[in-house]
Amino acid sequence: MIHELDDLLRTERLPHVWCPGCGIGIALSAFLRAVKMLARRSKIDPKKIVFVSGIGCTGRAAGYVKLDAAHTPHGRALAYAVGVKLANPELEVVVFTGDGDLVGIGGNHFLHAARRNFDVLVIMVNNMIYALTGGQLAPTTPQGVYTTTTPYGNPEPPLDAVKIAAVAGATYIARWPITLPLMLQKSIERALLKKGFRFIEVISTCPEIFGRHIGYRDPVDLLKYLRKIVRVRKGISPLEAEYDWFKVIDCGVFLDIERPGYIELYNRYFKVEKK
Amino acid sequence: MEVRFQSGNIAVSEGAMVAGLKFFAGYPITPVNEIFEYLSQELPKYGGIIYQAEDEIAAINAIIGASWAGVKAMTATSGPGYSLMAEGIGYAVMVEAPIVIVYSMRAGPSTGVATGTGQGDVIQSKWTSHGHYELIVLAPNCVQECFDLTIEAFNLAEKYRVPVIVLIDAVLSHMSEKYVWKSPSEVKLITRKKPAVPPEQYKPFKPDPEDLVPPMACYGEGYAVLAESLSHDERGYYDPSKETYAKLVERLTMKIIKNKKNIVMSETYMTSDANILFIAFGSVSRVVHAIVRELRSKGIRAGLFRPITLWPIDDEGLRKVASKAEKVIVVEMNYGQLYREIMNILRNKNVLLAPVISPDPPTIDDVYSSIGEIL
Repeated sequence: MIHELDDLLRTERLPHVWCPGCGIGIALSAFLRAVKMLARRSKIDPKKIVFVSGIGCTGRAAGYVKLDAAHTPHGRALAYAVGVKLANPELEVVVFTGDGDLVGIGGNHFLHAARRNFDVLVIMVNNMIYALTGGQLAPTTPQGVYTTTTPYGNPEPPLDAVKIAAVAGATYIARWPITLPLMLQKSIERALLKKGFRFIEVISTCPEIFGRHIGYRDPVDLLKYLRKIVRVRKGISPLEAEYDWFKVIDCGVFLDIERPGYIELYNRYFKVEKK
Repeated sequence: MEVRFQSGNIAVSEGAMVAGLKFFAGYPITPVNEIFEYLSQELPKYGGIIYQAEDEIAAINAIIGASWAGVKAMTATSGPGYSLMAEGIGYAVMVEAPIVIVYSMRAGPSTGVATGTGQGDVIQSKWTSHGHYELIVLAPNCVQECFDLTIEAFNLAEKYRVPVIVLIDAVLSHMSEKYVWKSPSEVKLITRKKPAVPPEQYKPFKPDPEDLVPPMACYGEGYAVLAESLSHDERGYYDPSKETYAKLVERLTMKIIKNKKNIVMSETYMTSDANILFIAFGSVSRVVHAIVRELRSKGIRAGLFRPITLWPIDDEGLRKVASKAEKVIVVEMNYGQLYREIMNILRNKNVLLAPVISPDPPTIDDVYSSIGEIL
């Protein structure tokens, strides 16, 4: 073993597809470290984790982790994950996917899984662009910026997934930038031990595609800019958390409450005498 | 074993439960609502899970996930819902998920006559998703077959690790008649092959050479399996190379084609000396059956070939019974979908089309008026 996470990776698949300066690797390693930490304390069995991704740069993560996994059609990670969990509630199901996959094409599933407080941990790596296809507009893209499909500037206001998760009914909501990987890891550790719908947004960097569009082609410059706009806040509601690429992106744990998850509710209502 | 009087929708649901259904995901749509409603009431009694998804896209992906989590899973829908499931069906093919989809056809295109019947989805039932692949489509024509073929659908799905479609229509869904219900101990049930090797030697997409089907390890069993939608090698790893892609697509296709003899089903009626051979499936085949009987009473040598598997179709059986026929007439409730397939199989024959275009249950008059000119 060369790296401490090698036993959780399909090392024969490396090198990975991600560009230099990409933040997805940091997000993935925070997740794997969280798993490792909990496994060491016997709080989680990696053999019972199912890691589900959709399509896109982040979606490729499913192919690298040495866990039960799925690389589903575009937008359908959450829909698939729901089936896995319902069929075998002993499994800990994690959706690890991108912003376009989760709240663009897969938005409907996101809304309803959060509403049901469905027992799944969702980690959304937000790079604010459709990167794998070459830099088209995402629902999270800041207003005004150039993308290949908004060459005159993006006319749309971006979607803040934290607020959507909050109003729909999630019971754990956090946002962390890849510039704070330890905070992210601790947040994932906490969320992995909870039931219900847990949502963690990771503000990532994509110097190759997004950065190029906005004048931060150098990964270091982009990281420096991200550090400048990130503001870690404690005790604010998810609805107060700001998401503005040009001013400030509020990060931290915005919600951590207890409410029965879907599996518990299902068992409560579908209590019938077995034949 | 007991005699029951129930609708096709209920018989399908009963068949699924007898087959060992443990997860059903659906979205309301006419004419399959009774399946969803009946299973919502009954399935939990057998320890099964019922789930109303936010749309058909969620339903199909949920049953694929459930299948990979190790249970027998099903959904039920009609044309509009199946259209939405298209991408998911391709995913199920690619990751070789054993799933069953009950598909009750109604009158399209689009919303059409939502409460009407139809047979316009012969092509869609097979070729709805992009790329080249094989799957299995079964077409019952009575309530007994709704029960029996749903059990068979689960067996085929588990055996070949492929989506199996039970293709009925609004008439069969809602029509009630007598059938013989059998308990799980009275029917043959098949479950997926499991790996015979430890995790470190196991390759999730490495097939057994005799049937081309890989044994299936499921989630939580310690095999670290990956359900990969991209072109993949035997380990499930993405590989865009020509070799890997060709090998995968060939195997996904050939595991059905090479086992075709064990899959296809058909039925014949008065075909031994028939010089006019009718071909019909599903509810309209019942009408054609009556017409053949009537023509026979008038001394006309008519016969009926009824494919029970539409995809793959019993082409050898068809060629055999068609060998003496001077005229082959395909009766279906569309403008020629099964007809294309039949023309392709019987290239040297005079194959004619008798379309019945109506959202109502097909009648003898409907079929007579369509075949009148060509008979």
